[in-house]
Amino acid sequence: MAYSEKVIDHYNNPRNVGTLNKDSKFVGTGLVGAPECGDVMRLQIEVGEDNVITDAKFKTFGCGSAIASSSLATEWLKGKTIDEALSIDNMDIVEELALPPVKIHCSVLAEDAIKSAINDYRVKNGLEAIVLEKSHH
Amino acid sequence: MKQPIYLDNNATTPLDPRVLEAMLPYFTEKFGNAASRNHAFGWVAEEGVDYAREQVAKLIGCTEKEIIFTSGATEADNLAIKGVFEMYKEKGNHIITAVTEHKAVLDTCKHLEKNGARVTYLGVKEDGLIDLAELEAAMTAETILVSIMYGNNEIGVIQPVKEIAAIAHKHGALFMTDATQAVGKIPVDVNADGIDLMAFSAHKMYGPKGVGVLYVRRKNPRVKVTAQMDGGGHERGMRSGTLNVPGIVGLGKACELCRLEMESESIRLSALRDKLETTLNKMEESYVNGNTQHRLPHVANISFKYVEGEGLMMAMSDLAVSSGSACTSASLEPSYVLKSLGLSDDLAHSSIRYGLGRFTTEAEIDQAIEVTQKAVNHLRELSPLWEMFKEGIDLSKIEWAEH
Repeated sequence: MAYSEKVIDHYNNPRNVGTLNKDSKFVGTGLVGAPECGDVMRLQIEVGEDNVITDAKFKTFGCGSAIASSSLATEWLKGKTIDEALSIDNMDIVEELALPPVKIHCSVLAEDAIKSAINDYRVKNGLEAIVLEKSHH
Repeated sequence: MKQPIYLDNNATTPLDPRVLEAMLPYFTEKFGNAASRNHAFGWVAEEGVDYAREQVAKLIGCTEKEIIFTSGATEADNLAIKGVFEMYKEKGNHIITAVTEHKAVLDTCKHLEKNGARVTYLGVKEDGLIDLAELEAAMTAETILVSIMYGNNEIGVIQPVKEIAAIAHKHGALFMTDATQAVGKIPVDVNADGIDLMAFSAHKMYGPKGVGVLYVRRKNPRVKVTAQMDGGGHERGMRSGTLNVPGIVGLGKACELCRLEMESESIRLSALRDKLETTLNKMEESYVNGNTQHRLPHVANISFKYVEGEGLMMAMSDLAVSSGSACTSASLEPSYVLKSLGLSDDLAHSSIRYGLGRFTTEAEIDQAIEVTQKAVNHLRELSPLWEMFKEGIDLSKIEWAEH
């Protein structure tokens, strides 16, 4: 299968690979997917004043499209407020990376990872977790 | 664009230039129909086919009359299994095969189940070999055919065909084998091995695509299959259709080259394969899949834990290999062959198959080792599972979200 140039770029030069201190109360961690399904994403955000995301890091086990989706997500998250981050839709990722239909689940997983990281941060800081609509995989 | 190194010789092999040379005249000046009995064009084409039949027969130790030319191994598998089922249905309706067979066998059996066949799919042991006691126990008075592949396409393990044939014959059943990956690579002798029907194709042994063989035993016992295509009654009535003369000539030449070069070539290939495999197996958390004793000389199947096969192949774009990961398929199911060895889904997703061939050089193997090591290390840097493993977290204890 041929990959789009943007997927290849993110794959070869992944942005924001790494690990934030998951025990910090400013850090939210989302771990989604399953090894048996062939993809696992871990996405972390660090939240500063005014609910602005100051840093984002990821590590992903998966195919090129999964790696590119999470790399792109971290790029988009930096500088956004939590509310803005919540509005990131998986179809935005599909469009930006020109993912074929068979790879749409990679973008869904990235959206799940963002929401799961935000919820982790919220719960740590005494806020209620946002009820997520069950995404369709 | 620089051509990647070709290490997918189980999928197909390049045509040997010596095979091409033998084929060329049969496209132009020797274009006749081998079935034309009344003029020189037909005779010349028929001579080419007859000579190819001899070359094929010599490689597998049979007589020329036992060779049925087909369009490939898939057609040969279909003809053998469906043909035997129809021909021998008065005797019984039970067929035994194994879960690691190629789809050409499995799907043919599934088709026959809809038409009244009862099929037993034997499981395999951890090393990919079937359990002979299990086969013995599955045999019934109704069993007409045992169809077990010679060498596996994904992991290269060689089944104990002689013993399987003996068990089949003891119970009055025929023994058929899909030998697509084995013929031309290791010695295959239909009489020594007790094979009644055998399918294989030219393009896995440096011959052209679109041509294959069904071997059908003529003596002890005389085996017959019902034709699956109606027409001019070619190939002793078992396979109608104008013969693909250039393809058949190429297949013959390919068989001859394999026969003459097999001994030295298998030593060379297994040395290269062993070098690749032992070096890569020294990497942390890498696992060789399948039995390493009873195995084709040119195949290595290795899982690199905590990296995903499709992502890995993307990082190894300098190598043309294949993976047991099926991330691209709609089902997201990894290789059924690897899973039947009892491999967990994540290890099956992490597997790479290297298929060496006649044109593989030592320099290419050295490069393949380097590219693989670099890619695996790179992806492990990116892998949350690798990080967790390194921190001593038991991944099986984590509740993963179903998706």
